[in-house]
Amino acid sequence: MKLSLPTLALALALAASGAAHAGDDVFSQGFRFQQRDGAALYGAICAGCHMPRGQGAQGAGTYPALAGNPKLVAAGYVGNLVVNGRRAMPAFGGQLDDEQIAAVVTYVRRELGHIEGDPVRAADIAALRR
Amino acid sequence: MNTTTRRQFLRSVGRVAGPTAMYGAMAQLGLAHAGTPGKTFALDGGLKGAHRGERVLVLGAGVAGLVSALELQRAGYQVEILEYNQRPGGRSWTLRGGDRYTELGGATQECRFDKGQYLNPGPWRIPYHHHGVLSYCKQLGVPLQPFVQVNHNAYLHSQRAFGGKPQRMREIAADFNGSIDELLAKVVQQHQLDQPLDNDDQARLLDALREMGALDREYRLRAGPQVSERRGYVRDAGGGADGRPQDSQPMGLSDVLRSGLWRQLSNGMNYEFQMPLFQPVGGMDAIPRALARQLPGRIRYGRRVAAIAQDEHGVTVSHQAVGPDGRASGPMQQSKAAWCVCALPLSVLGQLDLGGFSAAVQEAIEAVPYAASVKIGLQFKRRFWEEDEAIYGGISYTDLPIQLIGYPNYDFQARGGVLLGAYSWGPNAFEYSAMAPADRVRHALAQGAKIHPQYPAEFLSGVSVAWHRSPFTLGCFALWDEPTRARHYDTLCTMDRRIVLAGEHASYLPAWQEGAVLSAHNAIEQLHRRALAA
Repeated sequence: MKLSLPTLALALALAASGAAHAGDDVFSQGFRFQQRDGAALYGAICAGCHMPRGQGAQGAGTYPALAGNPKLVAAGYVGNLVVNGRRAMPAFGGQLDDEQIAAVVTYVRRELGHIEGDPVRAADIAALRR
Repeated sequence: MNTTTRRQFLRSVGRVAGPTAMYGAMAQLGLAHAGTPGKTFALDGGLKGAHRGERVLVLGAGVAGLVSALELQRAGYQVEILEYNQRPGGRSWTLRGGDRYTELGGATQECRFDKGQYLNPGPWRIPYHHHGVLSYCKQLGVPLQPFVQVNHNAYLHSQRAFGGKPQRMREIAADFNGSIDELLAKVVQQHQLDQPLDNDDQARLLDALREMGALDREYRLRAGPQVSERRGYVRDAGGGADGRPQDSQPMGLSDVLRSGLWRQLSNGMNYEFQMPLFQPVGGMDAIPRALARQLPGRIRYGRRVAAIAQDEHGVTVSHQAVGPDGRASGPMQQSKAAWCVCALPLSVLGQLDLGGFSAAVQEAIEAVPYAASVKIGLQFKRRFWEEDEAIYGGISYTDLPIQLIGYPNYDFQARGGVLLGAYSWGPNAFEYSAMAPADRVRHALAQGAKIHPQYPAEFLSGVSVAWHRSPFTLGCFALWDEPTRARHYDTLCTMDRRIVLAGEHASYLPAWQEGAVLSAHNAIEQLHRRALAA
């Protein structure tokens, strides 16, 4: 995607009108993420690497696609990755509470993995912390 | 971040390379009278007696790979470097007008900066004690200029302090120091420090407090010439009858404390950021380009490494061409060599097909997460920060997600210029990374306008680099913590049969180019010793 002129023009208009808040809905304050909703958490964190639609990416290395990924069946596996990280993927256990992690894991499994079933509970996540 | 003192540095050179090399290092540092011009310091007298023509594969043409290759070539080895990008440097990189950058996910940005203006998306400053980097700049004729780390006229800003109005650093610094010194002077005068200090020392302390805090004769922080000399004037001194300066009024300690802005005062006090620092004239990539010029025909660009295998006879690396979409394409090729310096980031290396590595090294490679970081460069028509606000270089700090604004330390008083409009870490870096490039610029503009209201009227174009979206690193730098380092670091840095790793991740200077240089020196010393013994 190129830097589109309409988008920039919008930015200028927003800034000029003084109506532009620094995206208080988008950005967290301090060292912990403040989004609560699964979709918002995915969009603020996971989408940076796994991409907005979970399609993953490939360069010198790879970010695995989450969309349709069969590994998402195991909720504990996904939760563990978020809490403790794996390889180059950072651990998010220190920046997210159990409810946030449960929300984002539930979102990833349902929306990207198309897996039916109960939502992941905060208590399930608490058990993964080590 | 960790730092290395010069003494530690010399000791480590001595340990790794022996007394000759240590003497060479001292010579290079100006501590001893010796040293042959043109020789590099850590390896001066080190790599001698190589098997001439023995092949070494170097993976990655970042600073660590380039330094390794250059020194091995000087010692007589035959080097071949495989590099994913179409340019040398890796994270040591500069974006200029006309450059195109496609990040992971496929978004392509076209940089439209004015001629001569640039963004260093990766490293942007060189501390004076980074002797390795400075030595290569000197050897290879890379001109340096000062990097302004501390500018007392730049801003400290918080959305929750002073109604969101940015404050000049000199004002916060003077009032913070002055009020604390005033308070401490009161404590002394109330005889509350009689216990630790005798009368003479109390008198000396009062002198010091008056001097350091710009206090008056009664040890009070009061508006007047002394205080204005620190925090600045309401009206600066001028000429003629109307030239009398007008003193400024210090604020109270409580205001300063509650603002939280004092948190930013210590930025320039750390060893890594004590002035002077340097930057290469024209952009950081002057360093890797100068290194690459010493390796003509040795670097194969646009090669993606897929597999690394070693046995008792040598190393085989399988690699493919990189297509325009950044993905590997075309037939797999193999390069063979007796030895290998692997200077790929762990974020990439950990995903490759590795054969013949020890289990412990493989575990170490997979143990380290990579940090998120985002930089955004903004081109403006006019240098309003210089023209309107007298900010020449340096950094303003804010609690907004952009975290800082870096002013160009070059081309002062030129017409337009490029600001570092954001340098984000932590959650904000993830949040910025997850956005489309145009949204990053839009948010950086909206946030920066709270500090510089001139932004909307003067803005021309912007470019962002979110390091987790970088196709060649998939992250910013190796984020060691102490337990992980205790468990894996020594293993990671120790040559495994015919392969040795190099890069900032194999150093105690995470994210610094100096870490890459010193790691490279350590790696090739190990390799050379192994080669001589083979």
